[in-house]
Amino acid sequence: MMWRSGTVVALHDETPTARTITLQVADWPSHVAGQHVDVRLTAPDGYSAVRSYSIASPPNAEARVELTVERLSDGEVSPYLTQELAVGDRLELRGPIGGWFVWRPWQTEPIQLIAGGSGIVPLMAMIRARTSAGSTKPFRLLYSVREPKAVFYRDELEVISNREDSVRLTYAYTRVAPKDWPRPPGRVDASVLAETTWSSKLIPTCYVCGPTSFVESTAALLVACGNRPDKIRTERFGPTGGRT
Amino acid sequence: MSSPNYDYLDGNAAAGELSKVFAVDITTAAARCAECGTTKCLAEARLYMHGPGLVARCPACEHVLLRLVNVREHMFLDVRGMTYLCLDASHSEEAS
Repeated sequence: MMWRSGTVVALHDETPTARTITLQVADWPSHVAGQHVDVRLTAPDGYSAVRSYSIASPPNAEARVELTVERLSDGEVSPYLTQELAVGDRLELRGPIGGWFVWRPWQTEPIQLIAGGSGIVPLMAMIRARTSAGSTKPFRLLYSVREPKAVFYRDELEVISNREDSVRLTYAYTRVAPKDWPRPPGRVDASVLAETTWSSKLIPTCYVCGPTSFVESTAALLVACGNRPDKIRTERFGPTGGRT
Repeated sequence: MSSPNYDYLDGNAAAGELSKVFAVDITTAAARCAECGTTKCLAEARLYMHGPGLVARCPACEHVLLRLVNVREHMFLDVRGMTYLCLDASHSEEAS
């Protein structure tokens, strides 16, 4: 797969540490919701670093690709992407990549999305793909997030979850919850899953994305709740984001 | 939160590197572990990317399924940990 050049056409801060980068990519072959791209940065001395980022935008005919990047304080690539990159700059990318962690509009089963932190990004692409396909397929999203101000896409999620035939949205705060929130802050556990996710009897396909430890514990809880392991698709991301 | 046991990703994350070698996305192929016989999608393997290349291990027994290592202008691909890869031929024409 070849490297393509994308031009930054818009930047939008989702949170104080995360930025959405909109790229116009010539000859983009379109993508499927849930896929990712590899981004390569090359220094003047030839040193290069490659990181994988999930695509946040739905498949579209405009050859636009949106990435939402969370800044890691010890990161090599994310500080540049979230702080220095400007509209008009170019980025090298390879993709779309990965045919496993994807949702396609012809899937008819109930869909359970479970995000840990910035693991929301590929799941948002699935929600947006559902909307843009005019689909009313049954979706639920459980979004585990540190605190309210760390939520990505808040306004858009609000609108989508208030619509008829909506995506049922539940936030699970792990450190700080809004005042009067019904549940004290804490990790996603069996009771959260039982109260907010599809019953395993409906045989939903579950997409779980987040840090490896989050995905590991959530997938185990889903299996313990009676979900079939072959209906659970996971995407883990590591603290460093990969290789150089 | 981070634990030495959580230093791996999913095989899915290897799709970009593997696209340097394979014309189709092999992470969606079923891979049979040569050690324990478990057959799962390569995207479900445990992927380790800390070394000079990538290593995919069986999610059931941790046996090494695949290694792809870059050494200067050469790439070394070792797939002896898999008995076979079963690809879905009907999807091979899909844009990827």
